[in-house]
Amino acid sequence: MSLVIGAFTMGLILSLLSLGMFISFRMIRFTDITVDGSITLGASISALMIVEGYSPWLAMLVSTLGGALAGSVTGILYTRFKIQEILSGILMMTALYSINLRVMGKSNIPLLDVTTISTGMEGFFEKITATASKVDILGWQVPIGDLAVFMTSAMIAIFVAVLLCGFLFTHAGTALRAAGSNPQMVRAQGVNNNTMIVFSLAMANGLVALAGSLLAQYQGFADVQMGIGMMVWGLASIIIGEALVGKAGIGLTIAGVILGTILFRLLIAIALRWGLNPNDLKLVTAFFVFAALVAPAWFGMLSRKISGGLNYVKN
Amino acid sequence: MLKIDSVSKTFHAGTVNEVRALQDVSLSIEDGCFTGIIGTNGSGKSTLLNAVAGTFTPDAGSIHLAGHDITRWPEYKRAALIGRVFQDPFAGTAPDMSIAENIAIAMKRGQHRSFGFAVTRAFKDDVADRVRTLKMGLEDRLDNPIGTLSGGQRQALTLLMAVWTRPKLLLLDEHTAALDPKSAAKVAELTKIIIAREKLTALMVTHSMQQAVDLPDRIIMMHRGAIVEDYQDERKQRVRVPDLMATFDRVQKRELFDESVAGMLKAQYC
Repeated sequence: MSLVIGAFTMGLILSLLSLGMFISFRMIRFTDITVDGSITLGASISALMIVEGYSPWLAMLVSTLGGALAGSVTGILYTRFKIQEILSGILMMTALYSINLRVMGKSNIPLLDVTTISTGMEGFFEKITATASKVDILGWQVPIGDLAVFMTSAMIAIFVAVLLCGFLFTHAGTALRAAGSNPQMVRAQGVNNNTMIVFSLAMANGLVALAGSLLAQYQGFADVQMGIGMMVWGLASIIIGEALVGKAGIGLTIAGVILGTILFRLLIAIALRWGLNPNDLKLVTAFFVFAALVAPAWFGMLSRKISGGLNYVKN
Repeated sequence: MLKIDSVSKTFHAGTVNEVRALQDVSLSIEDGCFTGIIGTNGSGKSTLLNAVAGTFTPDAGSIHLAGHDITRWPEYKRAALIGRVFQDPFAGTAPDMSIAENIAIAMKRGQHRSFGFAVTRAFKDDVADRVRTLKMGLEDRLDNPIGTLSGGQRQALTLLMAVWTRPKLLLLDEHTAALDPKSAAKVAELTKIIIAREKLTALMVTHSMQQAVDLPDRIIMMHRGAIVEDYQDERKQRVRVPDLMATFDRVQKRELFDESVAGMLKAQYC
């Protein structure tokens, strides 16, 4: 059961990463690789601030702003200096590697014996349940600490999702969606495309850094390597989420992305339990994303061949 | 009022592909005047329209609209004054967003885009009223993605969006050329009605001589990046399609003559 709760918590935390990437990849349609660096940036800023004794909530806020700054730099590289989309992201990601080392001062900061939102919430939950260390859910004994972290991440994920969904239906949000869908049209309607791209990337990487902040607090450490492959994980989650809800409206798709991230974490947890070598995890994920990207076209070809065959038979 | 003053533009300057698209073009259009531009392929009529829309900045000359010098304004900034309809019926709308959302984007053209909700109930009623004037039955489908509509329906909506905020200038770039004949006639009719009703200043590029005779108040003919004819007032009232064709022939003959003379002189003296 703790495995399931763990996967759920991890999924909820990383759903912030997926939601951020949903803005950049799906809304504004920008292939943003900054993600691998900005998630670590969020983790390093938070780890440093928490170790220095700042409130974990303030640390989360500063991390988010840091991620937003990193995202806007990628956006400016692309819009102002006309550097290719992918290269802008790669440049920023590479720069962030050194920046993260600078922020932390070393390659790893452990978060032991400090007040993170995890420990803070645990204390709060212990108080309201009158010092019971385990609660009984459907016959399972669940450690109260795990439950507290799970509830906290769920609250944050839902809060961000509702806010994001609301935003996408505002005047600014519709303009942003249109900028991704038809850049020529929004220019003719008086929207500065470049501003929209920079703004979207700032928002996306802000959310990604927030995910990094929570991740560091949940795992109990920040590591300069922790961002590697995160972009592909986020992409895999979005693909699963979209497959779950099908062709749906914005609200449902956002819910789908969160569910997709959780499902992806569950699949990984199960695969690891069954004996998948953790070293192979990224290879498997990359293969999964590849399969998800080519499968629709491949199935389309297959169905055309079949229906073509049928026509041949009829004739 | 739109005032184009000695505007020139050369594409790919200094290469073998050099195209002198606009050569010292000057044109004034009074408020409330609907002007059509005709000309052969490569005559510079679309380039002139794009120069006004702000797709590129001219090499020389200036463009003034409604008292503003817009020569150096970027495209999105000019949109505060200018409504546009493109040749491609799919270019003017965002396909995966609803009719109401697309119109909400057009409604805020040239204004601050706030964090208020874009599509409210009151707004939808207003949209339904105005969409009803298109007589296409689209008022019942305001929540449908615009990508599910036909090219003609999308072009009609693009036109409605372009005039939603009553722009200082409406630019129509062969906006019926890519439609089937029935839709093209419908959109042309709507264009005439809407421009007359809103008393708009408009500039329309067209391939169709008939359309140039039927719709606008004034016809400009372009050739090789320059204005060669200007039919206004009574001359415009009288002009018919054969007259325009004759003028075309004359312009082209004059050019052939110029070229053959140049060729003869070259043979003699070089």
